[in-house]
Amino acid sequence: MGGATSNSFSVSVQTKDFDIAAETKVLTASNTQIGAVASFIGLVRGSRETVRSLELEHYPGMTERSLEAILFEAKERWPLDGARIVHRVGALAPGDQIVLVLTASRNREASLEATAFIMDYLKTRAPFWKKEDGPEGSTWVDARESDDAAADRWDP
Amino acid sequence: MNVLYFAWMRERIGRASDEVNPTGLNTARDLVEHLKTQGQEYEMAFEKMTSVRVAIDQEMSTLDSSIAGAQEVAFFPPVTGG
Repeated sequence: MGGATSNSFSVSVQTKDFDIAAETKVLTASNTQIGAVASFIGLVRGSRETVRSLELEHYPGMTERSLEAILFEAKERWPLDGARIVHRVGALAPGDQIVLVLTASRNREASLEATAFIMDYLKTRAPFWKKEDGPEGSTWVDARESDDAAADRWDP
Repeated sequence: MNVLYFAWMRERIGRASDEVNPTGLNTARDLVEHLKTQGQEYEMAFEKMTSVRVAIDQEMSTLDSSIAGAQEVAFFPPVTGG
């Protein structure tokens, strides 16, 4: 097959951890036209003293739809052969992997740019909320204006 | 119409969803005004409207969007994933 079949673009919202090597293998299998894979992994930041654990809430149904819409938009803007988003939900600890973005294309420009775009849009459009549990009790993480600015730079 | 709440809005209201009769409600803002008459917990949750986002049938929308025919309206704070 030529490449951009619909299952080359997929999302997963899951409690379990992910393995970038295994995910990359799946993304690039059966398409030798791919010359570049770019990736982003987000980790839970925080020390044992400040953030002991993190709870990730999401909006089941809308989460998957919004991530799929982001991939669709990336595919419209760049010549991608495939892309994958894995986002974890539930209880996480500092150092844990939280999000994975993989994009595949013929040349590096498309995959590098698309990966940044997908993360910027995910940060401002996908319905996830972080609650941190620290020594002072648990608090909901505030959204950052810098994330809005990062997403706005992709506006036409 | 099913109305959902997430994150600190869910905690402030003390429930994850409500079934609301949409008769007479045109926009998401009308729905907010209606909910605020339902108790202090709703007034608290909708106190600062600049921190309230809305999705209508799982599509990001605005408070002035029409809710006519909507099955599901969700209210939540700005998202913080990734």
